[in-house]
Amino acid sequence: MNGKAEAAGSAGRAPMDNAPLLEVEGVSKYFGNVIALKDVSTSVQAGEVTCVLGDNGAGKSTFIKILSGVHKEDEGQIRMNGERVSFSSPRAAKEVGIATVFQDLATVPLMSIWRNFFLGSEPTVGAGPLRRIDVPAAKRTMREELKKMGIDVRDPDQPVGTLSGGERQAVAIARAIHFGAKVLILDEPTSALGVKQSGIVLRYIVQARERGVGVIFISHNPHHAHPVGDRFVILNRGKLQGSWKRGEITRDELVQMMAGGAELDQLTHELQRELSKTE
Amino acid sequence: MSDQATALKPPTPPPTSVVDERLADVSLLTKLLRRPELGALMAAAVIGIFFAVTTDDFGTLDGAANWTDVASTLGIPAVAVALLMIGGEFDLSAGVMTGTSGLFMGVMATEVGMNMWLAIVLTLIAAGAVGFINGYMVVRTKLPSFIVTLATFFVLQGVNLGVTKAITGSVRVAGLSDVSGYDSAFKIFGGSFSTYDYRVSVLWWAAITILATWILARTRVGNWIFGVGGDAVAARNVGVPVPRVKIGLFMGTAMAAALVGIMIALRLSSVQASQGVGDEFNYIIAAVVGGCLLTGGFGSAIGASVGALIIGMAFIGIQFSGWNTDWRFLFLGVILLLAVLVNNFVRRSAEGARK
Repeated sequence: MNGKAEAAGSAGRAPMDNAPLLEVEGVSKYFGNVIALKDVSTSVQAGEVTCVLGDNGAGKSTFIKILSGVHKEDEGQIRMNGERVSFSSPRAAKEVGIATVFQDLATVPLMSIWRNFFLGSEPTVGAGPLRRIDVPAAKRTMREELKKMGIDVRDPDQPVGTLSGGERQAVAIARAIHFGAKVLILDEPTSALGVKQSGIVLRYIVQARERGVGVIFISHNPHHAHPVGDRFVILNRGKLQGSWKRGEITRDELVQMMAGGAELDQLTHELQRELSKTE
Repeated sequence: MSDQATALKPPTPPPTSVVDERLADVSLLTKLLRRPELGALMAAAVIGIFFAVTTDDFGTLDGAANWTDVASTLGIPAVAVALLMIGGEFDLSAGVMTGTSGLFMGVMATEVGMNMWLAIVLTLIAAGAVGFINGYMVVRTKLPSFIVTLATFFVLQGVNLGVTKAITGSVRVAGLSDVSGYDSAFKIFGGSFSTYDYRVSVLWWAAITILATWILARTRVGNWIFGVGGDAVAARNVGVPVPRVKIGLFMGTAMAAALVGIMIALRLSSVQASQGVGDEFNYIIAAVVGGCLLTGGFGSAIGASVGALIIGMAFIGIQFSGWNTDWRFLFLGVILLLAVLVNNFVRRSAEGARK
C-alpha cells in the first residue's frame, strides 16, 4: 500500500530542496462503504503555501478534517518534521502546531475580538480561586498581533460579528499564528467573500507565509489559489488528480485541470452548439 | 517569493494598514447598549419608583425586606440559569428541583435521622448528580435541553409526590426543627438579620451574583461559557472542552436550585411536595429580562439578578397596592415579551453585518 501511495504522490512532484514540515502520504478515509479519500499525498514546507484544489465533493473537507484531528485517517501516514503523527482530537493536532481556520466557524460572532482571540487559550494571572484572565495583556497582545496583519483594532471589546468577513478570517489567522502554528490550514477562506475582501485575505496568507508558516490553502477557486501558491494539489472524487510546483502550471491549466479538463472542453463545445442553434 | 507578494497588490503604493475609514469611533451609547443588563436596570428603576410613590410600605426598609426576600429566592437559581443560558442551554427542571432537594433533605433528616448539616451536604451532592444527568444526556444525545429537562421536570415532580407519600403518608415532610443541627443550619441558610428582618438569603444572592459575574467576566471558564453558547463548533475547534463546560453548567443550576430548596425548607421547617413547580419559568424570565439571549452566547449574571429583583418588586408591589395578586402573571408575560423584543434588537446590532 505504501509503495503505491508513494508512486501516486511523487508522480507529478518535482524533487524537493529541503525537508518538508508536514508530509501526508497515501492517506485514505472511508465512511462505511463510501470512499471519501483514497491515497492522497502531499507536503508543505515552512514559508510555503500548498494549495489544495477541487470541486465540491472532491474530498477537500475530509482531507483537512484528517489533518486538523477531526477525523482519523484509515490508511496512510502523516509526518510532522519527519516524525509520524496521528491525531485523536483537534487539540492533539494543535499541540504539534497544526492550526485550522474553518470557513464559517472560526470565530464566535457575539464575543468581543479579544475574547475570541484567546478563546480556549486565555492568558491568566494569579493562582487558586483568584486565577483570572489577564485582560489588559490579552487586549494588548491581540492589538499587536492584528497590527502585524495590517489591521488596526480601535475597540478590543467590539463583537467579532461587526467585523467584515475578511477581518474575521484575519482574527482567526492571527490567532493561529500567535499560538505557535507551524502549519496553518485555511478552509475556503475566500469562498464567502467579495472580490476586494478576498484580496485582503490573500494578502494575509502571504503575510503568514512570510513569517515562516507553512500554509495549506483549501479552495475551489484557482484564481485565488494561483497567485499565492507554491505548490498545487488537485483532488477529484476523493483521489489525487495531480500535484505541481509553482511555475509548472499556469492558471489556465489549473482551471482546466480542476474542471476535469476534457469535461470542460465537452461543455464548451456543447454550449457553443446550443448558442449557434439559437442564433 | 516577494515578487508574488507584490504581484498581489495593486500598482499603487500598498497601504500600511487596513483601517476602514467608514468606521466611526465607538460612542458611549454603543458601549452602554452592549451591556446586556442596561434595559433591565432601567425597568427596575421605573418599577421601584412607581411602587415607592403609589404605596406607603414599598419604599421603606421594612418593605424592601419583603421584596428583596422574594427576589433572592428567585435570583439565586436565576443567576445559575443565566449562566446556563449563556452557555446555550435551558433547564426546565430547576424549579421542581427546589422541591426535590427540600424533600430529600427533609427525609434524610427526619426519617433517616441524619444530622441537618450532613443532610444538607448530601442534598447538594444529589442535586449535582441530577444536574450531571441532565447535562450528560444533553451532551451525549445532542437533543435540545428543552426536551431533556422537561422530562427531568416530570420525573422529579412524580418522585416528589410519590416518594413523599410512600414515606410520610402525606404530601409534606415536616418537623425539621426537631433535628439536631437545625438551629445552626437555620442561622446560615434560613435566618434573618438587622432590625428590619432582612433574610440571610439576600446575602447569599448577592454573593452568588458576584461570584457568577467574576466567573463570567474574568475567568477562563467564563470565556468558555460565552464561546460554547455563541458557537459550540467554533469553541470546540479552538480547544474548549464543550461537554465539560455544559455539564458543569447544568450541575451548577441544579445545585443553585437545591440551595434555595434547602433555604425554604429550613425557613418553614417543612416542605410541600409541590414546592417549586412553575418557578423554572420565573428563573428563565429573570434571566431573559436581564439580557440573556434565548439562543445563547450573550447575557450577564447581574442582569439576571436585576431581572429577579424586578419580579420580586412586582410581586410585592402588587400585593402592597391591594390589587388582586393574579395580575402578576399578566405583568410577567408583558415584561418577558418586552425583554425579548429589546434583546432581539440588541443582538442584531451586536452581530452587525453578519449575513
